[in-house]
Amino acid sequence: MFYRETGQFKASYQTDQAIFPIAQDRWFILAVTAVAFIGVPLLINDYWVNAIFLPFLCYGMAAIGLNILTGYCGQVSLGTGGFMAVGAYASYKLMSIFPEMNLIFVILFSGGITAMVGILFGIPSLRIKGFYLAVATLAAQFFLVWLFNKAGWFYNYSASGQITVTSRDLFGVLITGPSASPEARYLFCLSFIAVFALLAKNIVRGRIGRAWMAIRDMDIAAEIIGIKPLDAKLSAFAVSSFYIGMAGALYFAVWLGSAEPGEAFGIEQSFLVLFIIIIGGLGSILGAFLGSAFMVLMPILLKNLMVGGFGVMAATAKHVEITIMGVLIIFFLIVEPHGLARLWQIGKEKLRLWPFPH
Amino acid sequence: MGGDLLFFLEVVISGLMAGVMYALVALGFVLIFKASGIFNFAQGVMALFAALALFDFMSPGGWVDRWFGFTFPTWIAIILTIGVMIIVAWLIERLVLRYLVNQEPIILFMATIGLAYVLEGAGDILFGSDVKVLDIGIPQGASDWLLDEYGLYVEKLEVVAAVTAATLVTVLAIFFQKTRIGRALRAVADDHQAALSVGISLRTIWVVVWSVSGMVALVAGIMWGSKSGVQFSLSLIALKALPVLILGGFTSIPGAIVGGLIIGVGEKVAEVYAGPFVGGAIENWFAYMLALAFLLFRPQGLFGEKIIERV
Repeated sequence: MFYRETGQFKASYQTDQAIFPIAQDRWFILAVTAVAFIGVPLLINDYWVNAIFLPFLCYGMAAIGLNILTGYCGQVSLGTGGFMAVGAYASYKLMSIFPEMNLIFVILFSGGITAMVGILFGIPSLRIKGFYLAVATLAAQFFLVWLFNKAGWFYNYSASGQITVTSRDLFGVLITGPSASPEARYLFCLSFIAVFALLAKNIVRGRIGRAWMAIRDMDIAAEIIGIKPLDAKLSAFAVSSFYIGMAGALYFAVWLGSAEPGEAFGIEQSFLVLFIIIIGGLGSILGAFLGSAFMVLMPILLKNLMVGGFGVMAATAKHVEITIMGVLIIFFLIVEPHGLARLWQIGKEKLRLWPFPH
Repeated sequence: MGGDLLFFLEVVISGLMAGVMYALVALGFVLIFKASGIFNFAQGVMALFAALALFDFMSPGGWVDRWFGFTFPTWIAIILTIGVMIIVAWLIERLVLRYLVNQEPIILFMATIGLAYVLEGAGDILFGSDVKVLDIGIPQGASDWLLDEYGLYVEKLEVVAAVTAATLVTVLAIFFQKTRIGRALRAVADDHQAALSVGISLRTIWVVVWSVSGMVALVAGIMWGSKSGVQFSLSLIALKALPVLILGGFTSIPGAIVGGLIIGVGEKVAEVYAGPFVGGAIENWFAYMLALAFLLFRPQGLFGEKIIERV
């Protein structure tokens, strides 16, 4: 009834190709953005930011990156944790070498450095395909984490082997470090993600994105119609790693504050981000956010429900939580293999006809 | 024999033995990948689960002891555990795989990671998460004869593992080549649709193949459990088996064995001779790099089926 495109005529090519061609969608997304930028900071406190919003945003960013590589270009990667580590250590080194550098550039350059590392580890993808490539990207994961553990230069030879962020400000507002306000950290991450999600949406609609999708659907056919696999695959690795690197930098500098490679960037992270994009929907920017929300919120809900609601012991609750997460993942894959983004789409289609479906 | 050469020989032998252990895990992967095209990430957790169940059946304080007041001797416990793995295989087919037929490989892969979570959580809830020492009477310690005659240090347990692996491969080869079910399995591996059309039940075959790989997981679980205790880290051997797989090829049983041996030896030799120069602990990633280097020349692994692509 309310969600109809009746009467909205597309008079130019621009309106036809808009990201949100239906006016209601535009209003909805504007409203969501407004709530995220204005409403949420008024309501949140330290716990909400650290437990829900920053994980959601950081993993959302990483998921967009992995989605570009896996969802759009079809190259399965299990090295996300390692690339996030590159971003985090790059931001740490940049901050300690150039104390005066603007925080925005620190994050951007971290992404750039990760992009270069990503290209390096993407080179095997030109010859290796499918699961062989997935296992090969594990080489990146284990090698990078090992490197950051062993080479003292990366953590400035600190005794604990950890990296800890220094307090940095942006336009006079503290963003990183222990005394930064939760609102500032949240808004900093949110702005980054808003800008780069929009950028990603436009990249995947453009020439490069269509080349990626052609490679994903069938690389030989794509090659025959004139897409260079070398350019397409390596650019996918570069852009994807750029996003994942920025996510790693935000994850370390803004959310965690200090990190130790084995725990913060282990293989679990790689699987988590892969789950996010599969539950959210492969080949969908919206899916990255939906999946991230699901994977961040679900464990918290389950834990609160079990420990708070039924009084289960915390240790037992941890085991039950793992089991239930596993069951939920399988359930979602069976019910909707195309993810939450697809459910969202189906919902919108239904809503267009509602309440008169015939 | 000179000391250096002897030491080198010891390193190589211990590498070979470690390789056999990797190959045991990789075998389970290959079986399932061949028959259903599923990359089963849960193989390591299946080994953990089987070892936990076995431990529980034969030790005081387990479920059997609490309910019936006695524990089983080792051989009955092993048979019971095989039964448990068959039930697990049946449940997996009934509740998961049946609904995911014809999905993309990555979806199935993700489902097996979900499965790994479920088995891990269930194992912890049912059997507890403390470290258990599995002892089913496999001899431990150095082999006296080799030590006395040649001064070589070789773990007895690893010799047993090697013999078991050799037996297992022989039995599997006979099973695949000679029996009715084995032929059906090969037919399914070759072409799902053609197999269906000549009347082979895909579901039965999947239950069979998951059961067989459950048993392989049990063997791997026993060996690894006797070596380093039954605990959560046991499930991580799956990660050790992956480079073995890509090196040997996902679809080849001999590949799993040869790949395991190459990785085992390469890893040990590199750790001993190159490790000290770069700070050690390179075992974690060296296997992957080695496999990657191989892959650049043979993208389908050493023994994998040639990948033929058509438009």
